[in-house]
Amino acid sequence: MAQVLLFGRLADIAGWRARAFEATDLSQLRAALAGSDPLLGEALAGPGVQVAVDKAIVRGEATLSAASEVAFLPPMSGG
Amino acid sequence: MSVRLQTEPFDPGALLTAFCAGRTETGAVASFTGIARAGRGETVSLELEAYPGFTDAEIDRMGAAAAQRFTLQDWLVVHRTGKIAPGEPVVFVATASSHRREAFEACDHLMDYLKSRAPFWKKEHGPAGDRWIEPTDRDRTDAERWETS
Repeated sequence: MAQVLLFGRLADIAGWRARAFEATDLSQLRAALAGSDPLLGEALAGPGVQVAVDKAIVRGEATLSAASEVAFLPPMSGG
Repeated sequence: MSVRLQTEPFDPGALLTAFCAGRTETGAVASFTGIARAGRGETVSLELEAYPGFTDAEIDRMGAAAAQRFTLQDWLVVHRTGKIAPGEPVVFVATASSHRREAFEACDHLMDYLKSRAPFWKKEHGPAGDRWIEPTDRDRTDAERWETS
């Protein structure tokens, strides 16, 4: 089970901030998230949304382990 | 050389005094304090979200790069997260160098980064409801000043 974290407006859309999902890679995880909540799936694929796996930004695909932490980061606003 | 994220309010004067203490070889300390603005009464409070372990690591990387670029002896960033009321300090940056120019420029540079690119998500709670804020054009152009020089 990968631990999924949502930030900013993504957490508002989903109504949760942290939840575990069964997935062995990012595409599978995106499909599982979109399957559980189509609005969230659309927001995650939106412009400027970055993904961090274990706190490092990932572009494209990544394999996930049971201990992976996957964070979806909407455009950063600065402080 | 450190960054601190905290939900508790801080006293910028106390931070500056502590940062300046014992610097017999420094010469110059510059500091900046950012204060939450009411925005003509439109904002009731500000809420800042960070990703602990990621946000601080990114700021630390930026601080280390600024330290090298501006020949800093030391730097400190303290940033609030969570709910912040108008008038409360949000961010404190201090830089220490042998000469004032480097200290001023590094402080300005770090603030431009923090305001435009640091991994925070900002929400305004106002009378008309809540809204998520993204960097303004001014924040972006301020940050771009440092790219070519």
